[in-house]
Amino acid sequence: MIEVRYPFTETVVRNLHAGDAVRVSGRVCTGRDRFHKFLADGGECPVDLRDGALFHCGPVVVPEGGSWRIVAAGPTTSIREEPYEADAIARLGIRVIIGKGGMGANTLEACRRFGCVYLQAVGGAAALTARRIRRVAGVHFLETFGATEACWEWEVEGLEAVVGMDAHGGDLFAKVREASAARLEALGKEDA
Amino acid sequence: MNRTVTDQLAELIRINTSCLPEDVESALVSARAAATSPAELQVLDALLENAHLARDGATPVCQDTGTPTFFFTVPPRTDEVSLRKAAEAAAERATANGWLRRNTIDTLTGASIDSNALPGEMPVCHFRADPDAKAVTVSLLQKGGGSENMSRQFSLPDGELGAGRDLDGVRRCILRAAWEAQGYGCAPGILGVCVGGDRAEGYLAAKEQLLRPLGDDSPDPALAELERRVLREANSLGIGPMGLGGKTTLLGVKIAVRPRLPASYFVTVAYCCWACRRHTVTLKTEGGAL
Ligand code: SF4
Repeated sequence: MIEVRYPFTETVVRNLHAGDAVRVSGRVCTGRDRFHKFLADGGECPVDLRDGALFHCGPVVVPEGGSWRIVAAGPTTSIREEPYEADAIARLGIRVIIGKGGMGANTLEACRRFGCVYLQAVGGAAALTARRIRRVAGVHFLETFGATEACWEWEVEGLEAVVGMDAHGGDLFAKVREASAARLEALGKEDA
Repeated sequence: MNRTVTDQLAELIRINTSCLPEDVESALVSARAAATSPAELQVLDALLENAHLARDGATPVCQDTGTPTFFFTVPPRTDEVSLRKAAEAAAERATANGWLRRNTIDTLTGASIDSNALPGEMPVCHFRADPDAKAVTVSLLQKGGGSENMSRQFSLPDGELGAGRDLDGVRRCILRAAWEAQGYGCAPGILGVCVGGDRAEGYLAAKEQLLRPLGDDSPDPALAELERRVLREANSLGIGPMGLGGKTTLLGVKIAVRPRLPASYFVTVAYCCWACRRHTVTLKTEGGAL
């Protein structure tokens, strides 16, 4: 188990490899479809993501005592942000992307070039993920994007994830897909 | 005190949304015991801890609380309209209590139907009359969108898969569906399968197989053998939890068969994620009245 904590330096990130189990702590910001589109349209990022983590996540939140309680949270499918992510990494200096299902060739190349990793969070583990969020430090675009799409700034502690794509071109999803395709073909040759 | 049908269905939703079925949880425990890679261990540990947190806190196991789907088995002359209305009221109450996410979208406008209730349409209700039944039993299945998107229907023969109209062809279809799903449907998954039927009956019967406990076998020996074989073979694909590689890709395979037309031979695979939320209760009604 590798512990990583904000700020995520290039050295730390380049030491991670596809398949490593990690736990993320410190500041993490959420951003999903609306956020990425906004950036691509030339919008100014409201948070400093240099050496930071961007979480593809739409939480279930309830207002409580002037702040917010995160009831349930989990990763959303990341591939939808593929058209935008490489630019975001280059422009904003993001070091850690957290999501579900992996991303494409452009993001993988940006990870290699700029020193960034893609982490797979545990899909659907909503109660656990919510518990890892210790504090809501801020929220942006709440009015314009709504609570699910807003850009939340969280302090997290020990958020479980696995390195899916590393800064050396390693892509666990592609590896598993290829190996399982070969095995499927072998099963197809077996007798009925 | 006599509780209304709506009360009982709302309680069913509360339990179902927050308590992973025991057999699914113990299958995850077995998968944990078999796991060797750090990634697989980490994911399975997280799923098990999540299951405990959700049960203890009575909060949803997964943020996608799924399409609430009720399967009613009813005695003759049961008032199905009342049952449906009770299901709608229960869904609305469960949503207000945070047991269901606001999870229903008007397909054409994209607007949220915040109550998760639409007369006659949502939640989804299926009815089956049983002449021998003395009381209404109801099973609730909550299956999320990520896994629903991974369901598949094949039409045999399928040249590309080398699948003919026999059980080996069926086996090829199921393995193909498991491979295509990779980790996208939140593996490890459970496959409900229907061989035969028309397209609509195929999907319904496949989904209904997800209600079967993981430990049971098909009453048909050939299908029982196929269930075991496909489970073993799918787990040799190495896809693993969340598609990160590992020993457990599927927790179970459940196959049903339905009659078909001479021209058709469908194999329908309903993919369900590890968060296979299902629960069955018998409704208590006063003097048989709803
Ligand atoms: S596929 Fe299942 S576990 Fe994954 S997010 Fe959807 S409902 Fe939750």
